[in-house]
Amino acid sequence: MKIRVERDGLADAVAWVARSVPSRPPVPVLGGVLLDASSEDTLTISGFDYEVSAQVGVEATVESTGRTLVSGRLLADITKALPSRPVDITVDGSRVGITCGSSRFSLPTMPVEDYPQLPGMPEHAGSVPGDLFGEAVSQVAIAAGKDETLPMLTGVRIEIDSDRLTMVATDRFRLAMREFAWEPSGSVADTAVLVPAKTLADSAKTLASADSKVEISLASGDGLLGLSGPRRRNTSRLLDAEFPKYRQLLPTETSASAIVDVTPLVEAIKRVSLVAERGTQVRLEFSDSGLRLTAGGDDEGSAEEELAVEFSGDPLTVAFNPGYLLDGLGALKTDRAQMLFTTSSRPALIKPVGQDGEVSEGYLYLLMPVRMPG
Amino acid sequence: MATRVGLRSGADTLDPSLVDVGRISFNDGVKRWVLHVDMDAFFASVEQFTRPTVRDRAVLVGGLGPRGTVAGASYQAREYGARSAMPMSEARRRCPVAVILPPRFRLYQAVSRQIFEIVRAASQHVEQVSIDEAFLEPEELTGAPTEVVRDFASRLRAQVHHTVGVTASIGAGSGKQLAKIASGLAKPNGALIVPPEQEGELLASLPVRKLWGIGPITESKLHRIGVRTIGEFAALQPGDVISLLGQAHGIELHRLAQGVDEHPVAERGEAKQVSAETTFDTDITDSGKLTSEVTGMAQAAHRRLVASGRAARTVTVKARDSSFTTISRAETLPSATSDFSALAAAARRLTPVAAPPGTPVRLVGVSYSGLATAEQESLFGNPADEPAADSLRSHAPVETPPAMAAPGTEEMPAPAWRAGDDIHHPEWGHGWVQGAGIGRVTVRFETARTGSGPTRTFTIGDPALSPADPLASLG
Repeated sequence: MKIRVERDGLADAVAWVARSVPSRPPVPVLGGVLLDASSEDTLTISGFDYEVSAQVGVEATVESTGRTLVSGRLLADITKALPSRPVDITVDGSRVGITCGSSRFSLPTMPVEDYPQLPGMPEHAGSVPGDLFGEAVSQVAIAAGKDETLPMLTGVRIEIDSDRLTMVATDRFRLAMREFAWEPSGSVADTAVLVPAKTLADSAKTLASADSKVEISLASGDGLLGLSGPRRRNTSRLLDAEFPKYRQLLPTETSASAIVDVTPLVEAIKRVSLVAERGTQVRLEFSDSGLRLTAGGDDEGSAEEELAVEFSGDPLTVAFNPGYLLDGLGALKTDRAQMLFTTSSRPALIKPVGQDGEVSEGYLYLLMPVRMPG
Repeated sequence: MATRVGLRSGADTLDPSLVDVGRISFNDGVKRWVLHVDMDAFFASVEQFTRPTVRDRAVLVGGLGPRGTVAGASYQAREYGARSAMPMSEARRRCPVAVILPPRFRLYQAVSRQIFEIVRAASQHVEQVSIDEAFLEPEELTGAPTEVVRDFASRLRAQVHHTVGVTASIGAGSGKQLAKIASGLAKPNGALIVPPEQEGELLASLPVRKLWGIGPITESKLHRIGVRTIGEFAALQPGDVISLLGQAHGIELHRLAQGVDEHPVAERGEAKQVSAETTFDTDITDSGKLTSEVTGMAQAAHRRLVASGRAARTVTVKARDSSFTTISRAETLPSATSDFSALAAAARRLTPVAAPPGTPVRLVGVSYSGLATAEQESLFGNPADEPAADSLRSHAPVETPPAMAAPGTEEMPAPAWRAGDDIHHPEWGHGWVQGAGIGRVTVRFETARTGSGPTRTFTIGDPALSPADPLASLG
C-alpha cells in the first residue's frame, strides 16, 4: 500500500475515528484503526470497539492499494502534530511509514486479519438536516444521566412516530425533550430505541453541518443505530434497558407563567450562586413586581438580585440547583424563555420563546426543584 | 406501663471471688440521673401506626432490590429472626409473611421532630444520638430518689405515645452507659430504672461486649484471658488491663466497667460529616461479603444522615487492610441526596477501589460529607429500587391481578405506582398502594386516624389518583 493524503483531512478523520478506540483495549487489535486504500481515490479509516464503530473516507491518491492496522492513539497524536503538507503513507512488510515534509515515522502494524468485521449499517430509516440533528441532540443529551449503575438513564431515547421524531433524556432530576419533523424513508415502522447519550452526542457533533443531511439507519432488531453523513458513518450499539415512562411526568396544567430574558437571567444565576451552599440551590421568588433571585445564608454569605420578568399567576418561591437550571436555559438557543410552574415542590417547565414572542413548541426542559429545608 | 427491674443474677456465671462489689465506686457527691430514650423499632412502628392494616403484622421497611437491606423490622418480624441491616433477601427468607414497605424517611423525620419537641421540653440537657434515640439529664432529677425517676420516665413515655402514636423505651442510671444498657433491657415499650445499689450487679452480669468501646477485637482479647462479663473485667487489676488493652483505651474501659461514667449529656455540634465503620473479627477477602458489609455501613451512616435532616453530596469508603494500611476513596455526586439507593450505589462503586479484590480487609467505613440542608428532588423514583409490588400478596384481602404473582417478570420501568406509595383520591381520601401490576393498582384507603380502611382497585392511569404527601398518612 502506498498513498498520499492531505494532512488536515487525515488528522480530522483519524481524530474522529480514534475517539471510538478504547484507551485500554481488551485485545491489542481493538486499539488499532484500520487504514483501507482498496479503491483508487479514497482512504477509508475505521475504528471499532464492539460498542461503537466509526468510518471516514478521505480523498487520497492511491499509488498501490492495500490495508493496514496501526495504533489509533499513536496515529491520532502523530497526524495532529504533522505540518500542513501532503502525507505519504507506505506499508512495507510489518511496518508502516508516514512521511510529511521532512518528518518521518515508522510504526509497527498489527495483523489486519485479526481485526473484527465492522457491523453493517442497519436499514435506512430516514434523514434529518445536519444542523437540526446536531442542535436537537445537544439540547437533549445534557439531561442524560452519567451513573452507569442506572443504564436506562444514560441514553437518549429516540422515538419514531411516522414523520415525527422525538428525542428525550432524563437523569431523574431533569428531563429534556425535543420533537421535530423528519423525512422518513418509504415505509419505516414506528419504533423507539435507546442510544448511549455520550456516543450520540459525539457523533452528532461531527455529523452536524448546515449543508448536509444526517441519514438515520435503524432496525431495532439489530440492536444498532447507524448515522451517516458525507463520507462518514458510524454505528452505535443500543442500550438494552427500558426508558422510564416519562409522558406522565409532563405537567398538563400550570398555575403560574413567567417570560424571562435568558442572558440576563443566566448571568444573574451565575452571580448569586457564588454564595450558594455548595452550589446546591438558588431561590427564585416570582411575583407581579418581578423576579427576585437569592442564594446563600447567614453562615456562608448571601446574595440577591432582581430582574424584570413578565409574570402571571400565583406568586411563588421555588429553589433550583443552579447547574441544572443553567443547563436548561443554555439549551434553549433562544433569547427569551417561558417558565411554567404549578407549586414550589412540583416540576417546572422551561420552553424557548421565539423572536415573534411566541412559545416555540418542540423543545422542553422539565426540572425538579430543590426541596427547601423545613 | 410496667417498669421492669427484674435483673438476672450473675451469681451462677461468676466466680464470686472475682467480684468485689464494694470496690466499685460511683460518682462522688450528688447522684446523676441520665435517661436514654430509644424508640421501639422506630421506622416499622411509624409504618404500623400510619397504616393500620399492618399494625399487628410483621413489617420490614427497606428496598426490595437485589442489594436491598432492612432499614427497620417490626417486633413481629423480629420474632422470625429478621433484623435491621440484614439483606432484605435473607429477612424475607426468615420471615416470608412480612409486609415489605419502602422507607418514607420524610415521615420518620417529621415524627422524630415531634418526639424531640417533647423530649426537649422535659429536659434542659438533651443529646440527640440519632433520629430515634437521645440522652437526657434533667436538672430536676439530680439527686432524686429512684421512684421520682421512675415516674418521670413513665410520664415521658406516656406523653410520647399519646402525641406521636409510637412507643419509646427508657433506661435510666448514673451515666450514659448504664442508661443505654438499661433501655436495651427494657425494650420493647418498657422502662428500666437502675437504682444506684443495683448498678454493680447489673453491669457485673453482662457480657463485656455490652460495654461501649468494646468491639469484636477487644472482646476476643478479653475472652482469651477468660474474662466474659463486665464484672470479671471490672475486677481485673489496672496493671493487667493496661498491659492487655493499652493505657488510654484500657483505663477508660476499666472505669466504665466499674460504673464510673462521667460522659456529659450535651447537644452535639452540627456535624461536617456522618459516618459508620466496623472492624471484623477475622479479615474479609471475599468481595461479595465485603460489599454487603459496606452496604450495612452505608445504611448505618444513612440513619445518621436522615436524623440530621440533611442530604450528602460526597460518599467516602475507607478500608483498612491486614497490614493496617488505610485507603479512603471518595465520590462526589452531581447533587446532594438523602436517597439511600444512590448513596449505597456510590459506596459499592468505591469498594473495589478502596480495597482491591483479594485484599484482606479488617475494617471498612462509609462516610457522607458535603452535607446540605436543601436536597434536589427527583422526577420519579430510583429505577434501581425494584418495585415492591406484591409484597402484600400473601395477605392482601383483594383479588390480585395474576401478573402480580410473578415478581420480576414486570421489567423496568417501574409502573407508575409502586407498592407503598402514598396516594390521594378525591372521594376516598388518603391511601397507599398495596400492589400494582398489569395496568391496575390496588389502594388501601387509611391513615393513622382511620383504623384499618377499605381497598379499591383502579386502572393505573386513573386520573383521580394523584401522588400524596407521606405526612398526610398521619391523618
